[in-house]
Parts: sequence; structure tokens; C-alpha cells
Amino acid sequence: MSESLTRKVTQQVGQNIRKIFSFHGGVKPPHRKSMSLQHDIMQGSIPPKLYLPLAQHLGQAATPAVKVGDKVLKGQLIADLDGPISARIHAPSSGTVVAITKLPIPHPSALTAECIVIETDGNDEWIEHQGAATPQTIAREEIRHYVEQAGIVGLGGAVFPSAVKLDVSPDKKIHTVVINAAECEPYITCDDMLMRERAEEVILGARLIQKALNAKSCLIGIEDNKPEAYQILLKATANYSQDGVQVVQIPAIYPAGGEKQLIKVLTDIEVPTQGLPTDVGIICHNVGTAAAVYRAVYHGEPLISRIITLTGEAVKKPGNYEALFGTPLGFLLDSVEYDPEQVHRLLIGGPMMGFGLTDLRAPLIKSCNCIIAAVNNELDTPPPAMPCIRCGRCAESCPMSLLPQQMYWFSKARDLEKVQDYNIFDCIECGCCSYVCPSNIPLVQYFRYAKSEIWGDESDKQKADLARERHEFQEIRKVRAKAEKAAAAAKRKAALAKKKAAEEKKKALSEAEEAEGNKPESKKTATKENNTAKKNDSDKTESSSAEEDPIKAAMQRVKEKKAQNKPQPKNTDNLTEAQQKQIEEVDARRAKTNESDKEKQEDDANV
Amino acid sequence: MPMFNIQSSPHFKPALTVSQIMQGVLLALLPGIMVMFWLFGWGVLINLILCITLALIFEAASLKLRNRPIEPYLKDYSAVLTAALLALALPPLAPFWLLAIGIFFAIIIAKQLYGGLGYNPFNPAMVAYAILIISFPTEMTTYWQSPSVLHEQLNTQSLGLLASLQFQLFGQLPEGLTFDSLTAATPLDTVKTLLGSGSSTISEIKAQGITFGVLAGKGVEWVNLAFLAGGLWMIYKRYINWHIPVSMLATLFFMSLVFGYVVDSDSHVSPMFQLFSGATMLGAFFIATDPITAATTIKGRLIFGAGIGFFIYVIRAWGGYPDAIAFAVLIMNMVVPLLDYYTQPRVYGHSKNEQSQGEQLKDEQV
Repeated sequence: MSESLTRKVTQQVGQNIRKIFSFHGGVKPPHRKSMSLQHDIMQGSIPPKLYLPLAQHLGQAATPAVKVGDKVLKGQLIADLDGPISARIHAPSSGTVVAITKLPIPHPSALTAECIVIETDGNDEWIEHQGAATPQTIAREEIRHYVEQAGIVGLGGAVFPSAVKLDVSPDKKIHTVVINAAECEPYITCDDMLMRERAEEVILGARLIQKALNAKSCLIGIEDNKPEAYQILLKATANYSQDGVQVVQIPAIYPAGGEKQLIKVLTDIEVPTQGLPTDVGIICHNVGTAAAVYRAVYHGEPLISRIITLTGEAVKKPGNYEALFGTPLGFLLDSVEYDPEQVHRLLIGGPMMGFGLTDLRAPLIKSCNCIIAAVNNELDTPPPAMPCIRCGRCAESCPMSLLPQQMYWFSKARDLEKVQDYNIFDCIECGCCSYVCPSNIPLVQYFRYAKSEIWGDESDKQKADLARERHEFQEIRKVRAKAEKAAAAAKRKAALAKKKAAEEKKKALSEAEEAEGNKPESKKTATKENNTAKKNDSDKTESSSAEEDPIKAAMQRVKEKKAQNKPQPKNTDNLTEAQQKQIEEVDARRAKTNESDKEKQEDDANV
Repeated sequence: MPMFNIQSSPHFKPALTVSQIMQGVLLALLPGIMVMFWLFGWGVLINLILCITLALIFEAASLKLRNRPIEPYLKDYSAVLTAALLALALPPLAPFWLLAIGIFFAIIIAKQLYGGLGYNPFNPAMVAYAILIISFPTEMTTYWQSPSVLHEQLNTQSLGLLASLQFQLFGQLPEGLTFDSLTAATPLDTVKTLLGSGSSTISEIKAQGITFGVLAGKGVEWVNLAFLAGGLWMIYKRYINWHIPVSMLATLFFMSLVFGYVVDSDSHVSPMFQLFSGATMLGAFFIATDPITAATTIKGRLIFGAGIGFFIYVIRAWGGYPDAIAFAVLIMNMVVPLLDYYTQPRVYGHSKNEQSQGEQLKDEQV
């Protein structure tokens, strides 16, 4: 059936049919999509409580904009941006904020994270909201503004703040927007259903993204295992072909929906290593994101819900549900009548890259596109790993053309330098290598381990640098304390000597002279006076002044050393003032390292 | 709170395992084994059974000594495959002790002492073969049962099951039979001896009508065809890749084409003879493709196969041994790490002549 459809399409589109390319490797796991495609998208009900993690996106966690006890309306901002790479969070339904505390979240680590808890009132009362007056002719900057206001993030799973992706630096010209409709992971059908039911929203959203980036063309890549959605999209884009919008059917090979692979398939362009698609004039957004952009711009609706596929053989009513963020996943599973007795594995995401859910209280967040409640033997439990027989199937299947088997040897040996030689940071962790490995070696696990070890080593190095710096300053403080002590001792001695001298001369000298001798004086003159006044103590005083010189020299050395690192004003006139300055500098430097750390994190998030 | 099975992604696994690949390869040997049985009699099967039994015993013993789990490693069929390959390479009348020494070297020395499955740099069956042919050249070359297709011409015969067992285990021949009435030199051996001594040219050997068959060596050509069929089936089933056999056979073909036809066709055998004599097809599809000891990259595999083809021709034409699969494979095993290192594919997003990240880092540090 799909073949005849394709032929028809070819005739319809005529000269518009586009040449597609291929990427290296890939695998063909069973699709298992039909079970969740049996009915339309259903609305999830409002749970009694919504749990909204502050970090549902890549980058800095949002900062709460409400406090416990506040009444909130549906769509009201409850957490605001924190830094340039962050996303807003809105109340998915009306109710009262009852807590802001650490709670379980859907994350492979099974750790808890800061969440805003809203007790819903069941009224589902919207806050006043409004879309752009003339969305067809909206200005580019305004689109970005709406997207940022709506807290939209990449809904394909990466959850990168979309507004940041729309804000491309002027030196990078974007020629193509790629809309990712591939949905290559088995089981998942939320994008498929979205396209079938809301193709118009997807296309209008894609057009907005294209406009915001001033891109000439907009390619929508969809795998050929979704002929229905493809047909609907074709119809929906019929009027936009002159705007450069084109739906392209691509072969269903996992991971064709990987950003880098999809770009390669559609354009034959490779994203440079450690670069971004923007480096080659391309930006990729998911269909779900496009629909969210449409809702934000046309209706002013923030991102408060998403479509999630609830599937697996332990679910009685598998399908796609539009559910509010913050809904506990257990609540969602109950609504599809899953059988807890039968569940053997519970996965978030697809079977190729998803992870096990450990806590049913964890809420639905922006990145969750699928839950699979699998019965025994529905998913595979790999037998114990055998030794690698170097068959090379991993390298054949790697969509990045890496050599997983070599990376495995060096990861296992913890030879981190060598692992990087084999470009481990180009690994997208798609799982193809583990999938084909006849020895059942958990290769992806090894690569995650190696990556985290390398990151760990790097942060250890940074910590060591910081510790060394601290140690240096501690040494300076020691020297300084010694100098201060010596100076104080000298002062005391001088005063004592003077007192003695004064006492000796007391009878001979007048009261006025004595008062003059008590006047505060600089150390050096005091020492001199001491030298001249009392020769018996000359040994000690000499040593103290001799001690002062190496101290000064040490201070000088340290300063020179610091001056090499960065220029700074020299102040040697007054010793105590200089000390003060140094302390300030230490503080400033610390603050700066913290700041640069932050920047680095943001950069990382950007990557 | 229910507890679920937590595992790392991916959560799908196709059925193909190491054990199944090895079993597939063993299955692909069957046509060749059957042809060999038809040609050389019971000795072929006795060799196979003895070698496999000994290999399993040695494997289990060394796993036990190394404190490794025995069952999963025996079930991976790698020892069985090694034993089968060695058994098929040995003469069908090989004495029991020859097999035992061969299997000892293959399993204990070449495989387990290096760390077992996956860690051996040299093909275990070929290590054993090389040691045997160097240590026991007489047994290795003269204990070849005369193929059944030559029985009439040479006035020879095959041994029955019991007689075969008796000869291989105890070295006793049935009464009235002489060793010469059982054996015949292999075609490669005959050609080498006759050409080497300068007593005959190719056309003279052909005229005798004993050595040359339709394609190549009489009798052996059918064995090679059967192994070729098994090999093609393995490629179709994706147990092996085409790269090594194709590049090996192509190199052997072109070398023999250049030297055998273009240079001098009367003192060199034809390309077809090279391809379908000796253990060429067994070597190309079953021995050189052993993944553990072969190169892993595509380019590396092509070079690896070509190298084997090259050395096979060099040794067959100018070396001291009639066949050369073992030495050619072992020589190329040695360069595998180098091949793997210098033939890395270009990674997605990297330019063609780019240094790897690690090298860049090192440069920066310098």
C-alpha cells in the first residue's frame, strides 16, 4: 500500500521530489508502533497534584517565581529564566502552590530534584493570554520573544531551550531549517499522531521557525514507516512549496532521527565535529516543538503539556495522550489501565536509548515522549557479556563511523587519552553497537563511563589548580603572618627599649621630651632609634630587620609571579595596604573562577 | 513501590550471538566435509571427532585452571570450530598423536595462554598447523589418503571405519595392505615436486592425467567448490564479510595470472589451479575470516586479505612448502594491529586529513 502511495506522491509533487542521501551504518530494530496507533490522541485528566521540576531543560534550572501558598492560574509563570540558557516553566493547571521541595524526577540517576508542587483546584482556569495579532506577518524578533515567553524547549528529547536556538549570531547565515519528523525509535508514535491530527499546527510552526531564522528552505524529514502522516503533511504543505517547505520521506533506519544523521540524509552535509548545525547553516527542530511554537505565537499559550506515548504489552489501552507536565507517571499509567503485576520492565523513552523508571511518583516532564510498560520477554535482557571477538559489527553499524570495538578496549583499560584518540566524544550513544554486538557487550555503557571519567578528570584538574592556588595563598599568608609578628615584636622591643632608655634618662630629661618620645613613629625609625638607643640588643634587632628583607623579597616574588598571570596595580608603599589588596584580589579571583566555571557549564550546555 | 528490572539501553537485542555465529560457520563447513568424506573416507570424520573431543577437553581443563566459568565458554563453539578447521587441514590418515599435539598447540598455547577467546593474536588452528608441518613434515605431507576418484588409476583403496580407526590410533594396517596402496601426494605437492626438480613441465604433468582435474587438482577441486559454496552462504547470512575472501582470492588470481600465464605458463600453474587446489577456499572463507585474528576495518580487511593471497602465491611458487595458507595467515596476523591503526575510517563530521583529537592535544602540549 505504501509503495503505491509513494508513486502517487511522486506524481503529485512532480519535479519537487528530492534526492536523499544516506548515513553510515544504522540498524533496523522492530518498529512495534502499531499498538499505540489504534486511536486518536486522548486528553489526560488533571491529577490532584502536579510536580514541576525546575530543571526540565538543558542549561540552568529555572528560578521559582512563586512561593508556597500562592494561587496560580493555568499558564501562569511559576519559574523564570536563570541565565542565558534556561527555560520558563508555567502552571499546567490552576491551583495552589503547596510546596517547593526535592522530589523524585524521571532521570536515569533516580535522584531527586527541586520541584514546585501545585495542588490543582479542578477548575483548570486559564490566565489571560493572547497570541500575536497578525501572526502571518510577525517580525522575526517577536517570534523568538513568544517562544521564550512560552518556555518552549526541544520536544524531541534533547530539551534544549528553543528560543536560544532561534537566536543565531548574525555571522551565521541559516539556509535550511530541518524539521525532525523521523521518530526513529521503536514504540514511540507521539510525533506520528501529532502530524496526523495537527499537521496544520506543525506546518505553521515550522513556517514561524523558518521565518525567525530567515531560512530559505524548510525540510521536514519523515521515516517511510509513517505513510499516513506523510500523506497528511504533503497535503498540508501543498500551499507552501513556493516558500521552500518540503516534506521528505526517508528510509526507516535507526537512528535516522538523530540530528546529525537526519541532516546528512536530507542535505548530504555533515555537522562538523564538536560543532553545531548552525556552523553549516542548518538548524533542526522537532515536529512537536514546531507545534508548540505555533501555539505560543498564534494563541499565546505557554508549553504546559505534551503528547506522550503510553505503550507496551502491560498496558491495556495503549495510545497517545496529551498530558499536563507534572502529572505523576504512575497516574498516567493508571489511566491507561496498566497491569502492575505483569510489568517486567518500565522504560522512559524508546527501547534504544530510553532508561528504566524507578519511581512511579516521578512526574511527566518536557523531555518524556514515551513510557513503555513491557511484560516479561517483551524487551530483551542480554545474557552475560562474552569476550569481544573483534567481528567489527559495531563499526559497521555505527552511524558516526566510529570504531566502537577499539573504544571499548581502551575504555576498559581506562586509557582515556587513547579513547579520545578514537573520537569518543563524537559518539551519540544511539546504542547501535550494543544492539548488534554478538558478545552482548554493553558498549554504550563503557562509552558513557569513559566520557564521565574524562569529564571527571578534567574537573579534578580544575580542582587541583584551585587547590594549588589556595596553597600558594596560604603560603603567602604564612609569610605575611610571620612578617607581622616580627614587626610587632620589633615594635614592642623598640617601645620597651625606649621605655628603658626613657626610664634611664627620666631623671635627667624633662616631661616634654618624654612625651615626644612616645609619639607614633614608623618601624624603621623605631628600629634605628632602638639600634642607637640600646646596643646590647643590637643582635636581635639586626636579625629582625634581616628577617624582614627575605619576607619582602618573598612577597615581591609572589607578586611578580602573579603579575605574570595578569597585570595588576602594584602597591608596595604601604605594607598593610598591600596585604589588604591581596586579600581583595584573592576574593575577586575566586569570584572570577566561579563565574568562568558557570560560563563553561553554559558553553557545555550549548554544545 | 514496585521494583522494576533496571538495565542500560539499548533494551532490544537481535538474536545473533557469538555462539550462533560459530555454529553457522560450522554448518557452512558441512558441504566441504561431505565432499572430503566422499573423497578421503572415514579418516576425515575420525579426525573431526577426535580433534573436537580433544579440543573440548583441553579447553575445559585450561578454563578450570584459569578459574573461568567452563560452560559458557564451551558453549560458544569457538573451540569446536578451531578443532574442525585444524581437522580438515590435516591429512585424513594422520596418526592420533599428531592430532593431539596439534590441538594442544591450538587450544592451550595459541588460544588459552593468550587469554582465551578474543585475545589470541594468531589464528589457533593455523599456529597448530604451522608447528605440525615444521615438526612432522613426513606425516603432514605423505599421510594423505588417495582420493576415491583416483582409486582405479592409481590402484589404491580407502580404509573402512574400523581399519581407519585402527591405523590412526595404533598405526596398524589391515593385512595385505601397504601404506603406498592407500596414499597419494596432493596435487599441489606433486606439481611442486615435479616442477621444482625440473623433471617435468606443466603440460607433461597434465598429460599423465592424474594430477589435473576439470578446474584444478583432481578431487580437491570438488572440496574447494564445496567450501566456496559454504563461504558464499556465510556471506549471504552475514556471518562473514566479503572483503577478506574476495581480496585474498583476487590477489591470488592476479598473481598467478601474471606469473602463470603471462610470464611462463609451462613452469607455473594456472590461476584456476591456484584457486581450487589445496586449502585455498577453506582458507579464504573459513580461516582468514576468523574475526579475532583478522583486521577489523574495511580497508584493513581488504589489505589483510590481499596480503594473505600474496603470501600464498609467493610460498606456493617459490617457497619450500606445497601449500601456504597457514604461513600466509600467520604473517598477516602479525600486521593486524598496524592495519587497524592506519586504516581507521573517517568519522562523521571530521575532515579527511584531520588529526585525531588526541594527537591535536599532544601537539598543543608540545
